[in-house]
Amino acid sequence: MDLALDQATKWLELFGDEIEKNKAYLSDLDTPIGDADHGFNMARGMEAVETSLAQKAPADLAGLFKQTAMALITKVGGASGPLYGTAFLEMSKQAAQTSELNSLLAAALAGIKKRGGAAAGDKTMVDVWEAVLPELAQGTLTDAKIDEAVEATKPLIAKKGRASYLGERSKGHIDPGAMSSGYLFKALLKAVA
Amino acid sequence: MKKIINDPSQVVAEMVDGLVRSYPDIVELIPETEAVVRADSDTMEGKVGLISGGGSGHEPAHAGFVGKGMLSAAVCGQVFTSPTPDQIYEAIKAADHGKGVFMVVKNYSGDVMNFDMAKDLAEMDDIRVKSIVVDDDIAVENSLYTQGRRGVAGTILMHKILGAAADQGASLDEIAALAQAVLPHIKTIGVALNAATVPEVGKPGFELKEDEIEYGVGIHSEPGYRTEKIKPSNELCQELLGKLDSELHLSEDKSYAVLVNGMGATPLMEQYIFSHDLLNQLEEKGIKPDFMRVGNYMTSIDMAGLSLTILELADEAWLDYLRYPVKTIAWNN
Ligand SMILES: Nc1ncnc2c1ncn2[C@@H]1O[C@H](COP(=O)(O)OP(=O)(O)OP(=O)(O)O)[C@@H](O)[C@H]1O
Ligand SMILES: [Mg+2]
Repeated sequence: MDLALDQATKWLELFGDEIEKNKAYLSDLDTPIGDADHGFNMARGMEAVETSLAQKAPADLAGLFKQTAMALITKVGGASGPLYGTAFLEMSKQAAQTSELNSLLAAALAGIKKRGGAAAGDKTMVDVWEAVLPELAQGTLTDAKIDEAVEATKPLIAKKGRASYLGERSKGHIDPGAMSSGYLFKALLKAVA
Repeated sequence: MKKIINDPSQVVAEMVDGLVRSYPDIVELIPETEAVVRADSDTMEGKVGLISGGGSGHEPAHAGFVGKGMLSAAVCGQVFTSPTPDQIYEAIKAADHGKGVFMVVKNYSGDVMNFDMAKDLAEMDDIRVKSIVVDDDIAVENSLYTQGRRGVAGTILMHKILGAAADQGASLDEIAALAQAVLPHIKTIGVALNAATVPEVGKPGFELKEDEIEYGVGIHSEPGYRTEKIKPSNELCQELLGKLDSELHLSEDKSYAVLVNGMGATPLMEQYIFSHDLLNQLEEKGIKPDFMRVGNYMTSIDMAGLSLTILELADEAWLDYLRYPVKTIAWNN
């Protein structure tokens, strides 16, 4: 399906709400296997996205994603800033050619993997993206499937990011970036419904 | 939490402002950023720029090492959080005087990615940028399949060596080669008596009992490799030196530089006592360091503890670089 500008705008709005609502929870997830800042980092970023979009309404999908990327890149910091920032920057580039949702998201995932070097199974946000994209393409994605993908990071041993310093001890905890990506896809489902 | 601060969300901005206004002859603020650059830009004319940075909370790193003979500029991120690419990019521009810019990055996924993005931005502006990722902390096992080892206090010796080379006119490629040559010879290991308290969090990153210590704790209170009862300084030293020895294979036929680094809340008195034990234990191995520094170089806010860095001086020139004259807030030769 093609993603329309108003759907994408709605998507970002819903994602921002979800992050704001769950910022403490995300930082809590980041406490045992990280440095307790993921929720605050993302909330700072999505607030900047909101401000940027309120100041200047983007003309098209490419513009919307570019503004989003720049706000995230300049405000989030940490590991998730460049990762989500790259995802939206790649979607912006892709949107110049097509507004087909699956190809936009495929470009975003390729960007995240290139930037962070993580693969599926490394206990990062990449796990959720890898699980969700094929389901979305087949039209079979549901909230429950997103939850499943997030939950699936729990038994894994982290191989990338701060959590990897813990080795075996990273088992038994949900990855915070996987959770925030879960919110991203739930917001998307709602926005395009 | 008891700290001399105002609003916890303003600690970095106020700290950087205080720092540049206290030492106006050495550093100045890069407008609209929390990054600093040498006050005397003449000292950078015709030379490769050298920048570093990372989360704040490690003072005097890195802004305290900006000055002639060391860094050209430094970027101060939020406390324990990597700075953003736009800020790093401003530091690159301020440090560039036509010969390119070299970045010293500590090995954390956030830092590595943000500095990488800044490099992409600079290259679009035709500024040549190269970098080294320092991973001197031997507390974490090295592995290709993880983030690898963290960058800690040994990074300061990298700044010193590269800064001296840059000041003497080394090219960007020469500096990159020097950094690669030095890196495998720097190893660091630390011990913590308690964790740091991030102002916005308000409580320590982990709890140790009154009589406990932990070996291998990182500079953001990352967990170490073993918790034990507190021991006399000479036994702590034995543990840390033993770890470094198994990596570096210390030998009386080789030359070494040593950095005893306080983590923020450990008095210099204790650091000198540790140094006394260290020098005795090295002497038993027939080793007398050719270069040594003791003090707070790479701290972790108010963490108590210290780290020990040993650099094997595999090339004689490195010793000259370490001794090369420098004028910064925190290191003066
Ligand atoms: N190399 C990577 N590839 C993909 N995702 C990663 C990578 N490194 C970290 N992540 C994701 O980022 C999340 C953590 O983001 P967060 O905002 O907490 O940054 P951080 O790692 O704490 O950065 P910093 O160390 O600079 O504070 C993890 O849960 C993980 O999903
Ligand atoms: Mg974190």
